Amino acid sequence: MIEIDEVTKYYGDRRVVDSLSLAVPAGDFCVLLGSSGCGKSTTLKMINRLIAADAGQIRVAGKEIGTIPAEALRRRIGYVIQSIGLFPHWTVEDNVATVPRLLKWPRERRRDRVTELLEMLRLAPAVYRAKYPHQLSGGEQQRVGVARALAADPELLLMDEPFGAVDPVTRDDLQGELAGIHRATKKTIVFVTHDIEEALRLATHIAVMQNGGIAQLGSPLDILEHPASDFVADFIGRQGIGLKLLSVRKIADRMRAGETAEGEPLALDTSLRDALSAMTTRRTNRLAVCDAAGHRVGAIALADLVR
Amino acid sequence: MTVQSGPTGPRTAVLVPICIHNQVLLVLVIVAVISVALSGFVGAAPNRLVSGGPIPIWAATGALTTAGITVLGVALSATCLIPPSRLLHCAVAWVAAALLLLVLAAAGHAASLLVQGAKPSVRISLGPAFWVLAACAALAMGDALQRLEAGVTAQLVAVTGIALGAASLGAHGTLDALSLAQEFEMRRQVFADAVIRHITLVGVSVAVATMIGFPLGVAAVKRPSLQDPVFGVLNILQTIPSIALFGFLIVPLSALLAAVPRLGEYGVGGIGVTPAIIALVLYALLPVVRNTVVGLTGVDYAAVEAGRGMGMTPGQIFRGIELPLALPVLLAGLRIVTVQAIGLAVVAALIGAGGLGTFVFEGLGQYAVDLVLLGALPAIFLALAADFILQTLTALLRRHFAP
Repeated sequence: MIEIDEVTKYYGDRRVVDSLSLAVPAGDFCVLLGSSGCGKSTTLKMINRLIAADAGQIRVAGKEIGTIPAEALRRRIGYVIQSIGLFPHWTVEDNVATVPRLLKWPRERRRDRVTELLEMLRLAPAVYRAKYPHQLSGGEQQRVGVARALAADPELLLMDEPFGAVDPVTRDDLQGELAGIHRATKKTIVFVTHDIEEALRLATHIAVMQNGGIAQLGSPLDILEHPASDFVADFIGRQGIGLKLLSVRKIADRMRAGETAEGEPLALDTSLRDALSAMTTRRTNRLAVCDAAGHRVGAIALADLVR
Repeated sequence: MTVQSGPTGPRTAVLVPICIHNQVLLVLVIVAVISVALSGFVGAAPNRLVSGGPIPIWAATGALTTAGITVLGVALSATCLIPPSRLLHCAVAWVAAALLLLVLAAAGHAASLLVQGAKPSVRISLGPAFWVLAACAALAMGDALQRLEAGVTAQLVAVTGIALGAASLGAHGTLDALSLAQEFEMRRQVFADAVIRHITLVGVSVAVATMIGFPLGVAAVKRPSLQDPVFGVLNILQTIPSIALFGFLIVPLSALLAAVPRLGEYGVGGIGVTPAIIALVLYALLPVVRNTVVGLTGVDYAAVEAGRGMGMTPGQIFRGIELPLALPVLLAGLRIVTVQAIGLAVVAALIGAGGLGTFVFEGLGQYAVDLVLLGALPAIFLALAADFILQTLTALLRRHFAP
């Protein structure tokens, strides 16, 4: 979906992105992870031409982005920023329908799409459609921000630390919903963050960035188990690495199928870390497991977590 | 009597036997009482060129009117003791409005009593007590409306009501015996022309200043290096005293006229309307440009970045996001400029531009205060009306600006 080829960007004399190459396959959830100043935001903004690259090529869906008019390109790509940037003088409905309006969709189609998206992000359309941004909480505002980015059903979604400014509980909800949206729509997402836990939870691939280049590209498990350099190992943190490993593995990998256990069952896609947490709070070493439909399919024991 | 909790919360000790809930209203009533006791409600002079001897309200208007004003005043001061409620504020607004109109009627009534059997040259002018009473009543009404958090419509109704009341008093001849009305009567047609000329001067100069200043402001925002020189020049212009600026313009305009005599056919001249409008435009530029720059730079950058990221063109971002979000500030600038121009246009009469200033300077020359008032009062009302209209417009726009 995206091919970044030897791209370089200077700010004055400083090389903020240094001949960076990265390929993001269609349907991937790629997280650019790094500390501030590593060039991750700049890289993201070069994909939708908000920032022009000084050298190298970027192709989206096989086409060099320089050959597409910037506005047309951006209307095809969803964009979410940390400061949300809802238009304060427009209602939620008008905000969400921004790109469909730019694309001159008919009114009914816009309306239906807004209803669909608000429902998808668990904002009751009847309640929220006519509200103004200042009447919403921070979490609700970012839900509207995400809905606005998805409005014209873009093939690609760029997210620049979208959940950096919301409280931890809301962030957890929003991450869960974004993961759900990714599973359901299979959209390609490029997501910038400095939060390792967030990256481990959401990504199918993580690109750890350092000094404008990529220090390591791999699945969350790869990065945790085989950090390519001391820098990566330090960045993801040597402390608590065991817990991080538990957080990227699912119950489905370790479950004892067919066995049973007492108590409220956990879903197959629950992380092992959450399973450990549940065992601790319930004072038990065995938990029941259910599938997406709620049928009990097996059990998991404390010993399975450390296998 | 029990002690009520004041704005600072319940008091523990019983020190104050009564509680004042509305200090503003009480102060207004006290000021009004003092002014009525110590100064004349109207002044009576043997002719228009000498100042009149003060006559207190009870001697001027008779017992009934004085009693009416007293009752309303007592009613207003009594409401200070009642705990606030919407009903109370509403009542205060009505009583204050009634007081304002009654004071106006009382002045007219007093004048008609005083001129009976007197020589035709006798002039009855409005005294300090009248002005203070009227101002206090108007402020009490404004305060009550503010406490009611009255909306645009309610304010409009209140202002229109007062204006209609005053107009009907004038139409019934109640005010005819006042010297201000007599000065007006002598200059009916001239007065109408002067008002129209005044409004034209202000309207044209504000329109021209907006047409020049708004693009200049936008340019200064898009190209910040322009800001220093633009504001440098405009700031210097603003510091030139208005009379001096009107004078300065005579020389270059006369030279221009000498070089291109045909310009005279279009009404261009060293004195008159041309230099007046040029000067008013120059004064209006700074507020217009400054508010344009402040308004546009105050727009949340996140909204602009989001607009760009979603594929809006620069024109769409300007029209759809920056301009509507900056509009309240732009309108505030227009308000400042209009009110300022209404005042400055008075001075423009000095260089023969006409307008309400004509009466002011004529009156100053003749030492006829009522003639000065005939020019100054309408200018004040024009300014208040313009301020009110633009403020209302700003409030309406702020409320809604959907795409």
